[in-house]
Amino acid sequence: MSGFSDNIMRLSGRMLSQYPAQRDWDGKLTMAPHPGIIPTFSIVTLSDNVPEQEIMKWNGWGYSDSKFLYNKKGQAEFTGKRYRLSGMIIPGLREWMESTFSANLQHKTPAAPILNSSAVQPPTLNEAFLKELKSTGIPFSHDAEDRVFRSHGHCLHEIFALREGKIGRVPDLVVWPNCHNDVVKIVELACKHNVCLIPYGGGTSVSSALECPPEETRSIVSLDTSQMNRILWIDEKNLTAHVEAGIVGQDLERLLNESGYCTGHEPDSMEFSSLGGWVATRASGMKKNIYGNIEDLVVHIKMVTPRGVIEKSCQGPRMSTGPDVHHFIMGSEGTLGVVTEVTMKIRPMPEYQKYGSVVFPNFEMGVACLREVARQRCAPASIRLMDNEQFKFGHALKPQVSSIFTSFLDGLKKFYITKFKGFDPNRLCVATLLFEGDREKVLQHEKQVYDIAAKFGGLAAGEDNGQRGYMLTFVIAYLRDLGMDYYVIGESFETSMPWDRVLDICRNVKARIVRECKDKGVQFPPLSTCRVTQTYDAGACVYFYFAFNYRGLSDPVHVYEQVEHAAREEILANGGSLSHHHGVGKLRKEWMRESISSVGMGMLKSVKDYVDPNNIFGNRNLL
Amino acid sequence: MKPVVDPMLKKRDDFEDMLEERRNSSDLRYALKCYTPVLYKGLTPCKVSELKQMVLQSDQLGYVITQVSKEKGVTSDEVTGEAAAILEEMAQRLQLSTVRFFAFTLSKVFKTLFRSICINEEGLQRLQQAIHNHPVVLLPSHRSYMDFLLMSYILYTYDLALPVIAAGMDFMGMKVVGEMLRMSGAFFIRRSFGGDKLYWAVFSEYVKIMLKNGYAPVEFFLEGTRSRTAKSLTPKLGLLNIVMDPFLKGEVFDISLVPVSISYERTLEEALYARELLGVPKPKESTSGLFKARKILSEDYGSIHVYFGQPVSVRSLAESRVNRSQFNLIPRHIPTRPSEEILSFVNDSAYRLVRAQEENMVLKPWVLLAFVLLQKQAAEEKQGTALDELTEQAVWLRDLSRQYGAFLHWPDHIPPSEVVSSSLSLHRGLVRISEGRVQLALEQGLLYPGFVILSCASYRNQALNVFIRPALLASAIHTAASNRKQEIYNSFSFLRNMFSNEFILCPGATVQDFEEACYLLVKTGTLQINQQEVLITERGHRTLAFLTSVLDPFLQGYQVREMHTQRHSVVFNTNGLTEKQFIPAVRKFIIKHLLTGSLLKCRLRYTEVLSSDLQKNALAALIRLGAVQKIKGYVGFTHLHVHVGLIG
Repeated sequence: MSGFSDNIMRLSGRMLSQYPAQRDWDGKLTMAPHPGIIPTFSIVTLSDNVPEQEIMKWNGWGYSDSKFLYNKKGQAEFTGKRYRLSGMIIPGLREWMESTFSANLQHKTPAAPILNSSAVQPPTLNEAFLKELKSTGIPFSHDAEDRVFRSHGHCLHEIFALREGKIGRVPDLVVWPNCHNDVVKIVELACKHNVCLIPYGGGTSVSSALECPPEETRSIVSLDTSQMNRILWIDEKNLTAHVEAGIVGQDLERLLNESGYCTGHEPDSMEFSSLGGWVATRASGMKKNIYGNIEDLVVHIKMVTPRGVIEKSCQGPRMSTGPDVHHFIMGSEGTLGVVTEVTMKIRPMPEYQKYGSVVFPNFEMGVACLREVARQRCAPASIRLMDNEQFKFGHALKPQVSSIFTSFLDGLKKFYITKFKGFDPNRLCVATLLFEGDREKVLQHEKQVYDIAAKFGGLAAGEDNGQRGYMLTFVIAYLRDLGMDYYVIGESFETSMPWDRVLDICRNVKARIVRECKDKGVQFPPLSTCRVTQTYDAGACVYFYFAFNYRGLSDPVHVYEQVEHAAREEILANGGSLSHHHGVGKLRKEWMRESISSVGMGMLKSVKDYVDPNNIFGNRNLL
Repeated sequence: MKPVVDPMLKKRDDFEDMLEERRNSSDLRYALKCYTPVLYKGLTPCKVSELKQMVLQSDQLGYVITQVSKEKGVTSDEVTGEAAAILEEMAQRLQLSTVRFFAFTLSKVFKTLFRSICINEEGLQRLQQAIHNHPVVLLPSHRSYMDFLLMSYILYTYDLALPVIAAGMDFMGMKVVGEMLRMSGAFFIRRSFGGDKLYWAVFSEYVKIMLKNGYAPVEFFLEGTRSRTAKSLTPKLGLLNIVMDPFLKGEVFDISLVPVSISYERTLEEALYARELLGVPKPKESTSGLFKARKILSEDYGSIHVYFGQPVSVRSLAESRVNRSQFNLIPRHIPTRPSEEILSFVNDSAYRLVRAQEENMVLKPWVLLAFVLLQKQAAEEKQGTALDELTEQAVWLRDLSRQYGAFLHWPDHIPPSEVVSSSLSLHRGLVRISEGRVQLALEQGLLYPGFVILSCASYRNQALNVFIRPALLASAIHTAASNRKQEIYNSFSFLRNMFSNEFILCPGATVQDFEEACYLLVKTGTLQINQQEVLITERGHRTLAFLTSVLDPFLQGYQVREMHTQRHSVVFNTNGLTEKQFIPAVRKFIIKHLLTGSLLKCRLRYTEVLSSDLQKNALAALIRLGAVQKIKGYVGFTHLHVHVGLIG
């Protein structure tokens, strides 16, 4: 292994001062995102010493400089320079928003511009813990902004409250361990002084996992892993990399790319989510068909628990040594300890990438095609099927076309599909594809998939449509903030199910959302749409998007939560799972027992009781 | 069309007479009109033949075919052939041209037979909405052969999607008519196919596919057969189970069940039913028989009221009742026996739906007159009732039944005496009026008075559902040893249990029924109820006396039944009787006692006890209560003395 010592890397530009978190994002911002996702991303270099709140939104998604807004002419525009869509006018968005939600530009609901520190409760500090922590030299902060920033994920109710300037229970202290040993020290001190620890990675949770339990009376310490962001070594013989768990997805890919490798793990949140978070929630990536989900990618995990450090003694690719202890860690959602280091599989970077898309006459045909692709086990790196509403939404997000020729071509395509091929524009749907590998194989693979699609009435619809489909994944979260400026709230949630139930669940859940909105007094018909995002041998993963105009409702978030609750009930009643990859957190806890049986709950509880008898990792997720 | 508005129908929709337009415009043009119904929004249009293919290629049927071929040791092709033959025998061949033919013919027939056919048009609008949104199941009440032709006729007239109708195989006997019905949407099911897995699979899959795809509304009769007594029959669960299944298994978002109440002022089969109840066998359905029935055409059958009820969502019925995730772990195409939970859910739903039918049945003044005349008859008032008195009692009963929520169609703008006399004249075959006095047209001989009385009872029965709960309470007060509430509840509960084969009383709803009865009787000032006791008010006696007498014929019927069984078990204890022999034996027993005029200690006053329906129900109740045991088809008495006291 000594030969690989050269491969140990460190991120530069990460010198920590007293409040390291304020520099948290500096390094990242100098990086190009992964080419696979956003090919024409422009590189932005920001000077050091910019406070993180100015780089990242404190009460919305993503970078502060990137957002949708309506300019003076009333046209939608995406600001900034980070994304392909940045700086572009999106002519169709306004009309889509007005017609889909009956939203009106005259009715605005702006967010509170800055955090009012006086709204934040003063920290409950455990002086003895603090004193010993100081002696270790590990950086920490009890600044209000640092605490609020780590008190939430991105559930609708969390963001909505922030926009209104409402702050609930937040951590009392934030610590920034720099390495595994720092974490060991912090956990020891926490046990000694009975302090509650909540691990914090990228903050992209959508399961209320980061919310501080309001009933917690101990001092709550947020353990921010962002400084543990190094690739410790790369092993080219075994194609593995040993990485600190605080590293964020896009950094990991970029750094590995520099050495000609990648992990291929690309969850939609990869710009911001961390390796430790993926492990703790059993994450799934867009290209899992080639690279696998996190459980397939992980070779070795090191986790610090109140009982000590858990890890395996070797890195064998598979073991028969009783139940796999990794599976206690993966999905433990921060209830057992802090994941500090992970050995992951890596692959040589693909030689060639190609996007693609297929238009189907209806969603049923599309699902049948995906099922056949899965049956033949020939799924491309990614294959996703949007329903008709999402197809229209994607259409509305087309940027302004510069040349008359392009718009003429678009018109021609539309004519061909709807008039010549007889597709009903209100029923057709589109699948987006991403192929990866060496060039020849990609082209061969592409042909195979398009041939199958043709059997289900699918028409190839070009690379551009495919690429735009994937771009949408990254900007859709920004779009929610625009909606919230104009009385529109919404969110997405996911599930997985056997193939034979895909259509039934999609139909029933969408219909349930519409009905519940009506019953709960929502004045305007909601947007209720879905897409199939992953295929497996025995089933699929489906995402639902749901949003509505809440004008006229006194407690829109409560209505939203009731509808989402009903939608989840509908999913479970129809044979869908509680979650495919978002995890349970506190949002879906109530269904755990019925999901895994009482005995199953008992098993998990007994592990928790053994590993963490004093509930030091007291975020109260999962169980 | 001019609306026919009854001021008393406030909480229900108004009716309109659909025959009025037929009388004023061309039937031919009507039969050839442009027909473009609103269809289910999720419909994938398909032909009759494609439908059959879908059934034969379904996973459900495929599974059973494999199973059957393994069990019987024959090739699956053979079994598939068998399945195709079953389907051929079963399937409908809905054809617009046949419907147009019926539309033309029925217009002529209806105009001759009926004064009006009144429909609540709002109900039809609701139905249209329901058809657009979800698969629809139409559940009409069943009092006449006319019902399903009438249903299709109405839906055609109002440009609504034509239903496919589950019909009994007996129609198939009428060759031409059977095929005609098939072409107007009927599909035929064997009356019994007990253990025939393949038949069941073909049948249930056929129904489900038509329903799920929104091919057409599926129509069937919850009661399974025509009610000869005009009382609703205990619902049959098989088909309801099948149509609810696609929702329970998540194959559709929801299903709308639409109860339809069809009430006839005069039933076409009036005489036929009474004869059947008296043991004269039902004539076999035949085309030539139908032509013989033509003389019916020369009579006046008054009006028909058809009320399309509120669509009932299966989803809301099942909400917080059924755990749908119970189907998550077995592939849905594998047939499984429904769980207890599902069975009891379907059963409760069925009762709710039959009650919904009952509640929207229009009652005519004659129904109330039948009550009075039968009670007078039982009280042996030989000279009959003076018209004034009859009118007074009918008006009293009118007000009472309205207080109990009856859907009474009594024209308030006409003087009551005229209402009474016009009712009497429509039913002149059943009454005799001489010198201003009215009585049932009983003649000498035993069978004949029974005939008139059973016909008359079938009208009275239409309103029994209005009075049944208060009547059970009244009888309970009558039989209970004290006026303590608990004791009255106990005897209410006993009576209710005993009569649960006789009336539509939802299983397990004793407390609700008791409370409903108490509420009605307190509200109308008949009773006062405090914590402990139930007290009868001064003016309550008349009501209570009436209510008690409502149940009297039934009480006596059950009593006779028990006595007969008791006696038999003494005499023929060793060999008993088979169930089939039982009913004629009881009838003979009753006739003997009616003739001699005495029956053990108490007098037998109600000729109605001759009704085979009553006897069957009573036997079923006795078996259910454990008073009679059925051993290998033989009936024997066990320990009756416990209950006899209470009933007596």
